[in-house]
Amino acid sequence: MELKDKLLSSYVAFENDIDTNSDIHEIRSKAFKNFESLGFPTKKLEAWKYTSLNSVLKQDYSLFPNKENAIELADVRKYFIHDIDAYKLVFIDGKYSSFLSETTHDTFDVCLMSAALTKPKYKAVIENYFNKIAKEDNLTSLNTAFANEGAYIYIPENVEVEKPIQIINFTTGSEAATMLQPRNLIVVEKNAHVQIIERHQSLTSNPVLTNSVTEVFAAKDATVDIYKIQNDDEKASLVDNSYIEQKSNSIVSVHTFSFGGNITRNNLNFYQRGEHIDSILKGITILDGKQHVDHNTLVHHIEPNCESHQDYKGIYDARSTGVFNGKVVVNKEAQKTNAYQKNNNVLLSDKATVNAKPQLEIFADDVKCSHGCTIGQLDDEALFYMQQRGIPKKEGKALLMFAFANTVLESVKIPEVKQRIAKIIAKKLGVDIGFDL
Amino acid sequence: MKYTEEDLEQELKTKEYKYGFYTDIESETFAKGLSEDVVIAISKKKNEPQWMTDWRLEAYRVWEKMEEPEWANVHYTKPNFQDIAYYSAPKEKPKLNSLDEVDPELLDTFKRLGISLDEQKKLANVAVDIVMDSVSVATTFKKTLGEKGIIFMPISEAIQEHPELVKKYLGTVVPTTDNFYAALNSAVFSDGSFCYIPKGVKCPMELSTYFRINEGGTGQFERTLVVADKGSYVSYLEGCTAPSRDENQLHAAVVELIALDDSEIKYSTVQNWYPGNKEGKGGVFNFVTKRGICENNAKISWTQVETGSAVTWKYPSCILKGNNSVGEFYSIAVTNNHQQADTGTKMIHLGKNTKSTIISKGISAGKSQNSYRGLVQINARAENARNFSQCDSLLMGNECGAHTFPYIEVKNKSAQIEHEATTSKIGEEQLFYCNQRGIDTEKAIALIVNGFSKEVLNNLPMEFAVEAQKLLEISLEGSVG
Repeated sequence: MELKDKLLSSYVAFENDIDTNSDIHEIRSKAFKNFESLGFPTKKLEAWKYTSLNSVLKQDYSLFPNKENAIELADVRKYFIHDIDAYKLVFIDGKYSSFLSETTHDTFDVCLMSAALTKPKYKAVIENYFNKIAKEDNLTSLNTAFANEGAYIYIPENVEVEKPIQIINFTTGSEAATMLQPRNLIVVEKNAHVQIIERHQSLTSNPVLTNSVTEVFAAKDATVDIYKIQNDDEKASLVDNSYIEQKSNSIVSVHTFSFGGNITRNNLNFYQRGEHIDSILKGITILDGKQHVDHNTLVHHIEPNCESHQDYKGIYDARSTGVFNGKVVVNKEAQKTNAYQKNNNVLLSDKATVNAKPQLEIFADDVKCSHGCTIGQLDDEALFYMQQRGIPKKEGKALLMFAFANTVLESVKIPEVKQRIAKIIAKKLGVDIGFDL
Repeated sequence: MKYTEEDLEQELKTKEYKYGFYTDIESETFAKGLSEDVVIAISKKKNEPQWMTDWRLEAYRVWEKMEEPEWANVHYTKPNFQDIAYYSAPKEKPKLNSLDEVDPELLDTFKRLGISLDEQKKLANVAVDIVMDSVSVATTFKKTLGEKGIIFMPISEAIQEHPELVKKYLGTVVPTTDNFYAALNSAVFSDGSFCYIPKGVKCPMELSTYFRINEGGTGQFERTLVVADKGSYVSYLEGCTAPSRDENQLHAAVVELIALDDSEIKYSTVQNWYPGNKEGKGGVFNFVTKRGICENNAKISWTQVETGSAVTWKYPSCILKGNNSVGEFYSIAVTNNHQQADTGTKMIHLGKNTKSTIISKGISAGKSQNSYRGLVQINARAENARNFSQCDSLLMGNECGAHTFPYIEVKNKSAQIEHEATTSKIGEEQLFYCNQRGIDTEKAIALIVNGFSKEVLNNLPMEFAVEAQKLLEISLEGSVG
């Protein structure tokens, strides 16, 4: 059975199975109808011109793994940023693992979406925020239709969350391919501050497809830092849809580190609804094998005096493919906007491909907008210089790549995350670099 | 020997005026609508050989199955293709007796563009005594060209006189199946220019539509084919800075350039068709397919100044097939009032050591929308390909828009690609600086726009550059708020 049909036929059973209030039911069924008519995206859609999901959709996924799978902390410890204290929200095959998690309701909420959707305590927040900025496109609609579990984070006014929150989705699916659709809601009220680390990890060699949707609301003066670590198994594919709404004077940064996985598609959307907002979108992508990563970003400048900064670095080896499709829209009212977009790529192999489409759509005149895109190679002379000084070629290359990616890495605010990323990069490049970045 | 104006005058005095306008064309217009019969009739009318008729029919059959493209960032009411007469003998414009009868607004524009009085008369279709008429000038130039073996004639004549050349090259760069408008053009084109530069010949003059051999019948669906044989050079000028009030709403031209080994083609366009009135009513739809192919060591350079038309949809492209070939694209697109332009280029790198440069300057004012859309594609075998792209947009007023849609596709690791784009407005400080020095705001803007466009203007042939510069000034008039 085609995946679409399978999803469609399982919807009724899914709806019956969960206890839900009627508002959410309405949202779900509307999204479901939307997906039913749209289907999965194809390369014919301009936004999917360079990424085909065909090979991924062919798999026979198990949609709702019903077996409770337990995993040992010792086995998965390495996937956490374990050297810092953190709140943890851990999901195994889409189900919450209370054993591995560490939640809180003390002054702020770090808990479960399934609870938030059903308990009256959260009703007001859900009504105000749930599915308010998520687009009605194919995959987001699909996620909304099946939205049930994920992270629910609510930070009230003036609260500074003292330790980061880690959200990890594990897949064990030992007997079959698995499809997951986590749904996260992050609401950060006035002058609050939170750091979030997000990771999807497959523990099986069976194919995994994750279609995740995250909505983030940053109120006035709020600061939100999100780090997405994508270093999954080569059979795991991910579509990560993030929607971020910012109010005046808020600062939201999203760092996306893509090193692993089969096909990864990041749909990152920023909507600036206020003045003096800063949006930061950064990414490092290092690929080999047949990996494919597609960064699809949108920054929508709606009001005046805001800024956005995009910086994406890509290093592509073997037969890998990198896509950068960045869009900056500046509305007529958004005067004095400063929007910068930078995309630099290095190709290490003749079989690797880079497709870039940095777009600007500008309707206001008093703005400073620029984008730059380069594709090139490592500097042979710099490499030679290092070899002359006794640095082996492999390490020399790695050093150059570190330097290349460093503009992104240096803006990571959590030192442990920075170190972890550096380690993953070193491992990916097959070197052991003995210095701290 | 140099041919001067005096020589011409002398010649005209002694020679009886032989070539009038459209002397042998009977007034005939086909009924509106398009069908296979119409295509056959056009071909018959042109007295074309069978292969040409078949070629047109093939294009028509393909076109029938195609859908009108919608991806461009422009909005307009689609033309009704059954409501167009596909063949009409050129309309006789009303002859005027003196310049006094000409629309004073038009005359004012002419004057400020610096167009000579005689030329003004010709452009406004005023009867003139001393015939500085393009027909005779062209005939004389044709002689000079003929001595060098250069063929420059309407494509309809070329089909008769040089069928082997036309057959060999027509449709090789822009196949009939290429796109909706190219297919339509292939089926129904009535005329255009054909140019062939033989091996090793450097064309001694700018081939230009100023000296178009037969003005008639080239309007709506124009077809241009330029072939530069090995080691040759040609500079081709198309269009005119003078405002041209064309009645045809839809223009779907096709231009094909073929640059064989070691040759160079420089193709410059100035387009200033009727952009519609200030409220956005009327105006020309300009849907053009322009493409060139470069063999080894060849070079194609496109330069365009686009100020006219209500809707422009145009991507002069280069296929860099040969090793060491070079493609260049220099463009200024100005939109004002309700104009919409979606223009850019495609650089397809196939050969080794191929280079391309893209400089695109978009200026939007009024309520206009100006988009740059470009593709740089480096194929897997294109070792050491190099591209530099720069797209700058200048916005005037907060009701217009500037958009960039660059596509970059790289499949070879030795490629070096740089793309940068900026969007800005004219700085208040820049204006203030000029004002302080006694330059009024309007002049100051012209000055700044000129500086902004300089990289492109510099690539135009001298005579054109001066006029284009003034044209920019005029196009942006009244946009300062």
